[in-house]
Amino acid sequence: MQSKYLIVGSSHAAIEAVAAIRMIDTDGTLTLLTRDAHLPYSPTVLPYVVSGRSQPDNVGLRDAAYFRENAITFVPGAEITSVDPARSIVRLVPGETWQYERLLIATGAAPSLPPIKGLSDVPFHVLRSMDDAVGLKQAMAKAKSALVLGAGLIGMHAAENMAKAGIKVTVVELQPHALSTYFEPNASAIIERAFTTHGVRMLMGRTLASVVRVGEGVAAKLDDDTVVDADLLLVCTGVKPNIAFLNGSGIETAAGVLVDDRMRTNVANVWAAGDVAQARGFWGDKVVNGILPNAVEQGRIAGADMADDAGVQPFPGAVPLNTYSFFGQQAISVGRSGGEGNEVTETGSDTSYRHIVLEDGRLVGISTINDFVDAGIMWQLILRRTDLSAVKQAFVANPQLTGRQLMSQHWR
Amino acid sequence: MTTCFPTLQFRADRCDGCGDCMTACAQAKSGTDNLAQSRIRIMPAANGGGPELALCRQCADPICVANCPSGALVKNAETGVIDWAGSKCVNCLLCTAGCSYAGIVYEAEVGHITKCDTCDGDPACVKVCSKGALEYRTEVRVFNEYADKEDLFCRGLSACHGCNSELLIRHTMRKVGPDSVVACPPGCIPGMGTVGYNGQTGAKVPTFHSLLTNTATMLAGVKMQYNRVGRDVTAIALAGDGGTSDAGFQSVSGAAERNDPILFICVDNEGYMNTGMQSSGVTPYGSWTSTTPVGGAMKGKPTEAKNLPVIMTMHNCSYVATASTAYLEDYYDKLKKAIEVSKTGMAYLHVYAPCPTGWRFPSSMTTEVCRMQVRTNFIALWEYDPANGLHFTHPVERPEPVKNYLKLIGKYKHLSEEQVAHIQRTVDDKIGYLRQLTQVKAGIADPKHSSEPLYRQTPQ
Repeated sequence: MQSKYLIVGSSHAAIEAVAAIRMIDTDGTLTLLTRDAHLPYSPTVLPYVVSGRSQPDNVGLRDAAYFRENAITFVPGAEITSVDPARSIVRLVPGETWQYERLLIATGAAPSLPPIKGLSDVPFHVLRSMDDAVGLKQAMAKAKSALVLGAGLIGMHAAENMAKAGIKVTVVELQPHALSTYFEPNASAIIERAFTTHGVRMLMGRTLASVVRVGEGVAAKLDDDTVVDADLLLVCTGVKPNIAFLNGSGIETAAGVLVDDRMRTNVANVWAAGDVAQARGFWGDKVVNGILPNAVEQGRIAGADMADDAGVQPFPGAVPLNTYSFFGQQAISVGRSGGEGNEVTETGSDTSYRHIVLEDGRLVGISTINDFVDAGIMWQLILRRTDLSAVKQAFVANPQLTGRQLMSQHWR
Repeated sequence: MTTCFPTLQFRADRCDGCGDCMTACAQAKSGTDNLAQSRIRIMPAANGGGPELALCRQCADPICVANCPSGALVKNAETGVIDWAGSKCVNCLLCTAGCSYAGIVYEAEVGHITKCDTCDGDPACVKVCSKGALEYRTEVRVFNEYADKEDLFCRGLSACHGCNSELLIRHTMRKVGPDSVVACPPGCIPGMGTVGYNGQTGAKVPTFHSLLTNTATMLAGVKMQYNRVGRDVTAIALAGDGGTSDAGFQSVSGAAERNDPILFICVDNEGYMNTGMQSSGVTPYGSWTSTTPVGGAMKGKPTEAKNLPVIMTMHNCSYVATASTAYLEDYYDKLKKAIEVSKTGMAYLHVYAPCPTGWRFPSSMTTEVCRMQVRTNFIALWEYDPANGLHFTHPVERPEPVKNYLKLIGKYKHLSEEQVAHIQRTVDDKIGYLRQLTQVKAGIADPKHSSEPLYRQTPQ
């Protein structure tokens, strides 16, 4: 089998690359290989599949008609085992090979499991694929108690869903507060309080020492010897890029696949984008920035470059960004939280919060809770290094309004 | 083919920040006056001035849609609107990270994201804007309808850079179509090669080079012959203002009086631009031309332009209209009527065609000059037929001062303040006169005019 453009993966980075390629090259052969059995979907929607808000068959990002109309070959259930750039081929599990002219690696990430004694011997769930979500939903129907390991976005979403379903939930997190990648301790406190109020036991700054099987469930012993029994164990301790199949290919990897500003790897005719890629960080070293908008942006750049789009714009650098809803409340975080010599303002109450970081009069980070700011505008202000000196007071007092005013002026 | 979509246009220079649009939007979307429900947001500027706007742009390549993990946002291929399906939305707010315009936002009071849906192509905000700051622009339908139609002129016509006439004739013949015969008296349009050079023709339809004096009569004769042989063609003249208003006038006037079944288009660039910018009967007062120079005694053309399209209405021919290429939708509507009318009677279109070479303005400014002609009321867009009289098709209620138009153009740069004031008075008078004509209704209609062709086919 062969394809001019071969894309491995089928989530946001992959489908954005497809769109960008088809914008330039409407008939070059284009093939999407994915190990998943489903039509393209977003890992971000999975907590909502678990909660029942979304139906598994109603969250497709593209359908068969789209592939047909755009002359795209979609191959589900195809897991690749190796890449041979010298011969421009990838190998699949059943021994099949695909030859490519241009290859995009958009294989995303998989749950990263912590080294906990006994974990491999007990039943537990993760949440990264549609099958995981459906399995977790089924298990929840039978569980009365649950232990969630990891207070990141996936763990917190799942904990909320389970609490709403009437399950007694305990969340254990190694970091001293929840969602520490995105939020300051005072912000996390508001989020944690919402969970506690809804009956979730939040054990922060702890980890599991060991876990054993008890019937259908588990008994976990924490590092302070507390024992937590649960019918259901969900492990959400982060993800790691799916790069094992690249061993021996000559494609350079560190935490993820190392790419330049056009998402090119060190090997000719091979690109990488999305959660699997390690690209320029806006403030320095190359980073894996495993967030949806980042995958969209990188996928577009990779696709444009693969199709020789003369208008391809280099990647400006990864900025951490997230929007998070919990128990009907909203948390938003764009950029970074600190830095030497930065000007930080933190305001808030029991129910709302705002944290703004300025560097030389320019925005480098903002996070809010129940205080909506337009993440897209904040992101642009950071990327453009917009000088806020003249409007600093207004911005700190009302970042939403000032941000909108500034962007409107930009577009004039 | 690419489809283009209508769009909401905001003109900050007209907006006074009254907020009526926001109230109307909140009402349309929620039945309340709660501005949190408004999908359009008008704001003062951060450093004074403004106002500023936050509104969904219905992007062609929308990042909000790309960022949606649940398929709740979709760019509608039929309407161009980015549709939001509440039943699929998971309230993750990642769409807001994809928007740099604050066009898709979250309001706690609403409880979900909101964005403009253009009220299904009939926006409530536009209807209540009394300042003319919001408009729903639908001109793209012209592109959607005609972009794929064949251009009936060859490439490489040798018109000047920025030529409005070339733009006009290419548009016109796309719409008229290949079943047509074109008459071109001497002027810029044949001069740029439409009637041919070196034994080749520049048009893909039969085209003949009439004399300045006989275009309308010759075309009417050709049309009669086509009628005789039973072929339905549009007989169309593409003439300059010289070939229409001066040397050509007796034949145009005769054809109009007889209501000959032709479509006569006068491309008015206010003079003989092809032969060295001499003045014509429709050159406006004060214009520099090579025959009305600026010197010690003469300060440009000393007399007024005659109002040729109004004169044409006095002939009671089937259809008369004025048009501008800056208002193409208006032009296409009129052209459509004119083509239909020309099967049985005379249709006369007077299209104003600013000329960068002869008028001395940058070639990049042609369309802006066209637009300013209308926005200052220097010209008015109207149409006339004997049954319904004259009415404006694009009334300008708050015209800009005519000096804003004059200052764009080199041929007026010598004008004294008195001359500018005089032109302003003339413009006001002319509009006042047209307004009076709109009151006449069918007053001057002549029953002679019927749907039957004046000349019947004579069987061979």
